Amino acid sequence: MIWKIVLFLLLAFVSIAGIAFPIVPHPEHWYEFPLIMGLGENAKIIFFHVPTAWITVVAFFMSTVYSIKYLRNKDLVDDIKAHTSAQLGMVFCILATVTGAVWAKFAWGSYWSWDPRQTSIFALLLIYGAMFALRSSVEVEEKRAALSAVYSIIAFVTVPFFIFIMPRIMRGLHPGSADDTNAGTVVNFKMNGNMLLIFFLSLIGFTILYYWMWYVGYKSMLFKEKLNKQYH
Amino acid sequence: MSAYALFKKDLASEMRTRYAINSLAMFIVVTISVILFSIGNEKISDFLSGGLFWVVIFFSAMSGLSRAFVSEEERGTTLTLQLIASPTTIFSGKLFFNLILVFAMNIIIALLYSALFDAFIIKNLSLFIYAFILGNIGIAIASTLIASIIAKASSKGTLYPVLSFPILLPLMLTLIDLTKQAMDGAPFQTSSVELAILGCYDVVMIAASFMLFDFIWKD
Repeated sequence: MIWKIVLFLLLAFVSIAGIAFPIVPHPEHWYEFPLIMGLGENAKIIFFHVPTAWITVVAFFMSTVYSIKYLRNKDLVDDIKAHTSAQLGMVFCILATVTGAVWAKFAWGSYWSWDPRQTSIFALLLIYGAMFALRSSVEVEEKRAALSAVYSIIAFVTVPFFIFIMPRIMRGLHPGSADDTNAGTVVNFKMNGNMLLIFFLSLIGFTILYYWMWYVGYKSMLFKEKLNKQYH
Repeated sequence: MSAYALFKKDLASEMRTRYAINSLAMFIVVTISVILFSIGNEKISDFLSGGLFWVVIFFSAMSGLSRAFVSEEERGTTLTLQLIASPTTIFSGKLFFNLILVFAMNIIIALLYSALFDAFIIKNLSLFIYAFILGNIGIAIASTLIASIIAKASSKGTLYPVLSFPILLPLMLTLIDLTKQAMDGAPFQTSSVELAILGCYDVVMIAASFMLFDFIWKD
């Protein structure tokens, strides 16, 4: 119970800090953020948009981990865990695409420009959607679990290409692409100390939130399966 | 039973029915015709013609490459195949068949395309050929694996492009980029990263396919 309260406080602090702290050219107090050239006020999206994209990858990764576990043990509980993780990944992927599109309207002038990173997050959406399409087309439980486990592993193998390689080497608009001179790559933050702190707190908060949602999700799906089996 | 024997069996049955030669060839002709009709007399840019080239290749692959496994399911010979050969042998045989099919299809598409589209002029031909070979290998590997997945599912026809497109997308994006660079006449050095991506994709997919095929194939 206590960690749920801590999580609530953490996310509340991150949300308030992310939105309300002012961005000034020369920060003097601990609650002021520096001005990054080329981004300005809309840099604050970094506290919300990047964690959703991060959680998409994490959820996908956990889905793959449980898929591998399923293929080794043939325990259907692992399949349920992988499926719940994939569902959450879908939700966060939609959030990342939408927050990215909204930011793009303010930063680049249009909601969608087929920038490589926008294309990759859209491709992730397609991968998750395809996995759900596959799941709904197989009736037998063990076969369905085996096929979606295999597809999840194959799809995860292409994720590094989408998220880490292609948007960095291809020319595009998103910060971190091949012709970006201001903000630099993701690893080379030009952020202030307190901005980095809020950012990492946001990442941690979102991760704990994802874990909690995943735990509740797979437990409820397990109970639903048990109840279905009782009445059939 | 060796993988080569499996390939010869598939080749013999294709020659008997001539499905690949007739239907796939007609599909390629129809797709290129549709594109030509929709363009009409407009001039299209080189980049656009390069992108459309890979669109034709993608849809022809989607039309033809699932035959390897779906035909086994339709004819009811899957169980026999499971009994007489190990999963690795089966995957190698089917992969070899799909490789030959992909290369044959894409060479025909490339020849037809360069004859029919004036904008499709490639300045750095060797770069294009390297990209072509590596790309075709990648398409064949990924398509064979996804074909084996959907052979066990229902609604195979519609599910196949849905599953393959996200998996093939990194390959397609890199190939379109490389085609544009080949058409611009860029030297090898500037494109070495993209060629490396193609090579990595091929290696990664072939490793993943061989490891995972056991789980798909066995009941």
